[in-house]
Amino acid sequence: MARIELSAIRKSFDTTDVLRGVDLTIEDGEFVSLVGPSGCGKSTLLRIIAGLEQQGSGEVRIGGEPVDGVRPSQRNLAMVFQSYALYPHLSVFDNIAVPLRMKRLTTLERLPLLGRLLPNRYRVEREIRQEVEHVAAQLELSAFLGRKPGQLSGGQRQRVAVGRAIVRRPVAFLFDEPLSNLDAKLRVHMRAEIAQLHRRLQATFIYVTHDQAEAMTMSGRIAVMIGGELVQVGRPAEVYDNPRDIRVAEFVGSPKINLLPGQIRSDGAVETLGQRIGVATKGIAQPCRVGVRPERIQVGSGPFVGHVVHVENMGAEAFVHLGVEGLATPLLARIGDVRELPMLGSALRFGFAPDAVRLFDAAGKRIEAHAAPAAVRTLEVASV
Amino acid sequence: MSDAVLTPSALALPRPAAVLRRRPLRLRGGAAYALVGPAVVLMLLMLIGPLCGVIALSFTDYQLGAPSFAWIGLANYQDMFADKTFWISLTNTLTYVVVVVPGSVVLGLGVALLIQSGTGLRAFYRTVYFLPVMATLIAMAIVWEFMLHPQFGLVNGLLRSVGLPAHGWLQERDTALLSLCVIGVWQALGFNMVLFLAGLVSIPKALYDAAEIDGAGGAWSQFRLVTWPLLGPVTVFVVVITGIRSFQVFDTVHVLTKGGPSKATEVLIHTMYMEGFEFFRSGYAAALTVVFLVCVLALTLVKARLTARQVHYA
Repeated sequence: MARIELSAIRKSFDTTDVLRGVDLTIEDGEFVSLVGPSGCGKSTLLRIIAGLEQQGSGEVRIGGEPVDGVRPSQRNLAMVFQSYALYPHLSVFDNIAVPLRMKRLTTLERLPLLGRLLPNRYRVEREIRQEVEHVAAQLELSAFLGRKPGQLSGGQRQRVAVGRAIVRRPVAFLFDEPLSNLDAKLRVHMRAEIAQLHRRLQATFIYVTHDQAEAMTMSGRIAVMIGGELVQVGRPAEVYDNPRDIRVAEFVGSPKINLLPGQIRSDGAVETLGQRIGVATKGIAQPCRVGVRPERIQVGSGPFVGHVVHVENMGAEAFVHLGVEGLATPLLARIGDVRELPMLGSALRFGFAPDAVRLFDAAGKRIEAHAAPAAVRTLEVASV
Repeated sequence: MSDAVLTPSALALPRPAAVLRRRPLRLRGGAAYALVGPAVVLMLLMLIGPLCGVIALSFTDYQLGAPSFAWIGLANYQDMFADKTFWISLTNTLTYVVVVVPGSVVLGLGVALLIQSGTGLRAFYRTVYFLPVMATLIAMAIVWEFMLHPQFGLVNGLLRSVGLPAHGWLQERDTALLSLCVIGVWQALGFNMVLFLAGLVSIPKALYDAAEIDGAGGAWSQFRLVTWPLLGPVTVFVVVITGIRSFQVFDTVHVLTKGGPSKATEVLIHTMYMEGFEFFRSGYAAALTVVFLVCVLALTLVKARLTARQVHYA
């Protein structure tokens, strides 16, 4: 078990900067997800931690020790790959046993015929058998130990890959989009399994994914990477509720946050779609963007009006797409009670509470705002 | 009661269904035969027919151009097995195969691995090693003849310059077959290299990453854990193809040594050619051909057995 520290990691391929100075500390036993859109450099960062890729500059420390120039196998990390990377010619048993055999047997002892004659090999092989069978039992793979990876389903292959990672008792586990080859149902199931695995092993997990739902549901902290930089690191709820950057706000949460064009007045009041929204900020007068999550939009009453252009009924909840004058894309609102869905084409009033608003400046940085004093709001009503 | 209700319908149902189904089936059968037909006819004409002809011919005393022939049973085979030349040429052919197959497979794999692991000039090296495959072997054989010439050949010149004794490579009994083997390896290497390169490219990169993480960091352990097993199907194919091609060695022998000196390089196909087209003993040559075909067939069966055992790498 170990704490992993990354400081000022930079990496470029040819002329493209993939990582632009990443600093991150992952505590011992923590589950951290690196999440971001594809091409943001998260997989490269993971490969640098694993040692499969060399960083351009910066330092990786595992358990306090710098590991630059240390071979991947010597870093004692385990990695689960997107394609599982199981050896197709080896049985499930042999696949799981590979890291142990590599560590405990010499090159001579691993030879197919000659190795069997060496006395040490028999003893080590017996230990390995016990450990592999123990891990297989934990992952419910005991019945498949003799099979080849080609004869397994996607979920089973996934578990073999996890087994191969667990068996060597590494200091940390690295997951590189391990669920993206599975179908939606199995993915949800494996999400729970991996989270349970983390609780049981209490080991350091670094999990790379482009699926924000995976990151939100499993990890203790998520690190949102965009364009080769860590934009925000924090607990999932905190990142969801309190995004520091408009890109984070847009990436985290499904469906996406609604962004309305707005204007900050010189007195600090905020306007959007021609109406004051009961929010005040200290900033100077400038254009801004007003972010409101779909579940914070109250439908039925409020100062704004939109036309229902589309309704998505998910069964337990529904999303209404509202065409609003002055907005290029429809606004999304969540409706908890699917028995009372608005008609397509009908006009619908909506609004949102001041504390649902997240303000961003033109550069996309977050602007702190608070609910405006009641007096201002009364004034606003009077002026309307 | 439910039985009584069900029975009539159960009896009645299959009949129309069967009538409906039978006709398309027969039609489909006809279409299938029609589609397979051309291939079957061609195979009968080009492969099976001549093969049966050769086997039949091997039981006759037919001579090329003769107006008649007689059935002589196994007499050709008796002659053949009693003939020292046959045994010499069979041994020589097998020696050639045993040297050329491992030589060109191991070297081909080695060159493929080197080219694959290198960074620059890949296309250049690929072309250089593939040149012998594209070149006409007869022309290349003449080049080799000059290189191996006892007096002014390049090989002997090099040997003399470092103070080693020169040889009449193609003229001496000890070295003639070996020289032909070297030319055979040189010629087959490029082809094997290309096949191995294709095999290497198809190995997923993630497997090498996994091997690296699992502790197989060195080149040898990665080769043992990933490369060699995943090249298994390619290797079987390469070995069998090289084997069959080595059995067929003829052009270099015919151009360079004509089976000499004193039958030191006599190989099956060359014997067959001499018997059939120089001495006009077509029946006897047919018997030799049958022996040759048995050897090639054995190799093909080995390949079929091995490929059937290969797992499907998903």
